[in-house]
Amino acid sequence: MSIWNKHAIFEKNSIVLIIGVLIMISFGGLIEILPLFYLKSTIEKVEGMRPYTPLELAGRNIYVREGCYTCHSQMIRALRDEVERYGHYSLAAESMYDHPFQWGSKRNGPDLARVGGKYSDAWHRDHLIDPRAVVPGSIMPSYSWLAKTELDSKHIAEDMTVLAMEGVPYTSEMIQKAAVDLKAQANADDTAGSADLAKRYPKATARAASGKTVTEADALIAYLQMLGTLVDFKKFDGKANWR
Amino acid sequence: MSPPVVIGAKKMAQSGTLAGGSSLTPANGTKKMTVGELSLLVLSVAMAFLSIFIAAKAYTAAYAFHMYVFAAASVASALAILNRYNKRGAALPAQFIDGKPNYNWGPVKFAGLIAMFWGIAGFLVGVIVASELAWPAVNLDLPWISFGRLRPLHTSAVIFAFGGNVLLATSFYVVQRTCKARIAGDLAPWFVVLGYNLFIVIAGTGYLLGISQGKEYAEPEWYADLWLTVVWVVYLLVFLATIWKRTEPHIYVANWFTLAFIVTIAVLHLGNNATIPVSIFSPKSYILWSGVQDAMIQWWYGHNAVGFFLTAGFLAIMYYFVPKRAERPVYSYRLSIVHFWALIFMYIWAGPHHLHYTALPDWAQTLGMTFSIMLWMPSWGGMINGLMTLSGAWDKLRTDPVLRMLVVSVAFYGMSTFEGPLMSIKVVNSLSHYTDWTVGHVHSGALGWVGYVSFGALYCLIPWVYNRKLYSMKLVNWHFWVSTIGIVLYISAMWVSGILQGLMWRAYNSLGFLEYSFIETVEAMHIFYVIRMLGGLLFLCGALIMAWNLYKTVNSAEAAEASEASPALAPAE
Repeated sequence: MSIWNKHAIFEKNSIVLIIGVLIMISFGGLIEILPLFYLKSTIEKVEGMRPYTPLELAGRNIYVREGCYTCHSQMIRALRDEVERYGHYSLAAESMYDHPFQWGSKRNGPDLARVGGKYSDAWHRDHLIDPRAVVPGSIMPSYSWLAKTELDSKHIAEDMTVLAMEGVPYTSEMIQKAAVDLKAQANADDTAGSADLAKRYPKATARAASGKTVTEADALIAYLQMLGTLVDFKKFDGKANWR
Repeated sequence: MSPPVVIGAKKMAQSGTLAGGSSLTPANGTKKMTVGELSLLVLSVAMAFLSIFIAAKAYTAAYAFHMYVFAAASVASALAILNRYNKRGAALPAQFIDGKPNYNWGPVKFAGLIAMFWGIAGFLVGVIVASELAWPAVNLDLPWISFGRLRPLHTSAVIFAFGGNVLLATSFYVVQRTCKARIAGDLAPWFVVLGYNLFIVIAGTGYLLGISQGKEYAEPEWYADLWLTVVWVVYLLVFLATIWKRTEPHIYVANWFTLAFIVTIAVLHLGNNATIPVSIFSPKSYILWSGVQDAMIQWWYGHNAVGFFLTAGFLAIMYYFVPKRAERPVYSYRLSIVHFWALIFMYIWAGPHHLHYTALPDWAQTLGMTFSIMLWMPSWGGMINGLMTLSGAWDKLRTDPVLRMLVVSVAFYGMSTFEGPLMSIKVVNSLSHYTDWTVGHVHSGALGWVGYVSFGALYCLIPWVYNRKLYSMKLVNWHFWVSTIGIVLYISAMWVSGILQGLMWRAYNSLGFLEYSFIETVEAMHIFYVIRMLGGLLFLCGALIMAWNLYKTVNSAEAAEASEASPALAPAE
């Protein structure tokens, strides 16, 4: 019984018990989480990553708001069938500006990590309005209201300011021009604006305007169309990043 | 963030606990407001004004609505405090009556009954989302009931609304009984149960209106999180202060688990919700962490919400209600010690098994897998401790359906804590991840373990605190069998669909191409989604039978015999 008697201290003093609990739960968390912030190998070196444009960011916020992550992953695992189905496995660097990450945990629908550029804007628009019109067996809900709802982008510069505080490399110029860039990307006819946008955000492409106002569907499509397109895998040397 | 809210909230936390401690009953019997009543009153009024101010300048209508809900709750709180003050006598309730503790069952009753309500709501939403997956037309093209918004509503309703209120009710009951002391605080316990349910209302309506921070099982936005933090701190203080008042030398084992649950959930909640709001007038915030670090922190949180909310908290129920109902002492005191420390030490490592083969570094994945497999041992240690408590009382399984529910819950616990380590093995996970197998695994734990142990506890608790006899044992039997068939349908459908879909995704034809397009694998799921929905429907029916049974129990005129009210517990010695 001797050693078991020593346990009495935890049973008689609630503060000692709490301290014991805190010590026990701190090991796992500290050892698994802290190194991720300083080990250089956690996020590999790649070329091409940039922050989201204002329109893409607004679209991403709609993706988060609607809970798209409950059915769609954005994380292609390093498995043969996934790489053949969806493209190059996802790199840690590709979500380095994602607050929050949207890797997901369930595929009721396909992975979206590299959906960008696979379909046309028009396809996405039809698909959001009525998924079964383009994919007969789909079980996705219809998101017809997104195309009817004007995008609320009044505060997008504030959003970018917060993200800049958290380490996303938005420059003060990017934040100042947020509203202009957002309008320019939603209207490909504005060629000067588009050129300006592409200077700040390489590879950002302006989309054909869908109507007079920028809708939530426009923003969401701009986001979907850039997913997985930033890193040029012809230049990516996987072996240089062995970890 | 909003400094006024934070400061106000902290004060509220302090005053809440002071409320009972400083019972300033003057000797001459004149009625005076306690410090707790007065400060909570002032804070309620301040909170009402602050909420209305924020609502007036809110960026979105949904956020303004939430601020008005806060304002209404604050006004209701102020009126309730005044009303209660007017009605109460000069002296606060006595701590002891005739040498026996004067237990405070009010908050226990409230949390217990509202748990039943949220349970039915959560199961119902579960049946709806299951139907949406089987027949997408059920989404009705309406934003607020689309799958992406309802799924978080379902998970939060069952875990935090149903499970959370069961934990509040049982922990407040058990801590009073095992400490032989009235719960600490006068208004504080009420603040905890009502404040927690206000959080539930804010979180739930938020999902429907499209307010979500997009982190699984942690969807509520910053202001709801902040409010929950305040409530949680008061919860910890009430619980601790009650332990300090105990007249027993030892803290009973159930309370160790509850303490570990409260403290760890606080740590996880703060770590995973470290956000910067866009403005105090905006519901939107951005989490401090990004990408791979955010993923790791999310699943450190996510898996330990399972480990500490859905396991440690409910193990506390097992350690009180199973021995109490079986009228046997806990099987092994030493095993409880090993179980407790091993479980809390190992669980916290298990998170990375949600991220196998992803961009999370391999070393973290391997650590997660290793500890997940080791976790099998303390889990089964706990199961053995629970089941073997029945030694010498196994015959009661035949005669007492409530005890049967409790024992079957422990059996389900054993089953899902075997399945979990199995699925955490990387090779198995490469098949099971992203499929319904995970959903089935979660539900064998959620319906079988958490659901049944909660039902068993409520079947004991409600008659005890209302001093009534349970209305009908026959209905408990019906509840048990209807739900059990439901669970079996649910988890077997998910096993088949999950493994089938996983195999279809990786199937190659003889030419070396992928055999199936993604949509073919979706179409193959239909029949299993229908079976799953039926399983869920049966589980919901069981809960409705239970609600009727409890309703009749509470409203019956017949008082229980005295024997049921006094527990015969062996101290943890």
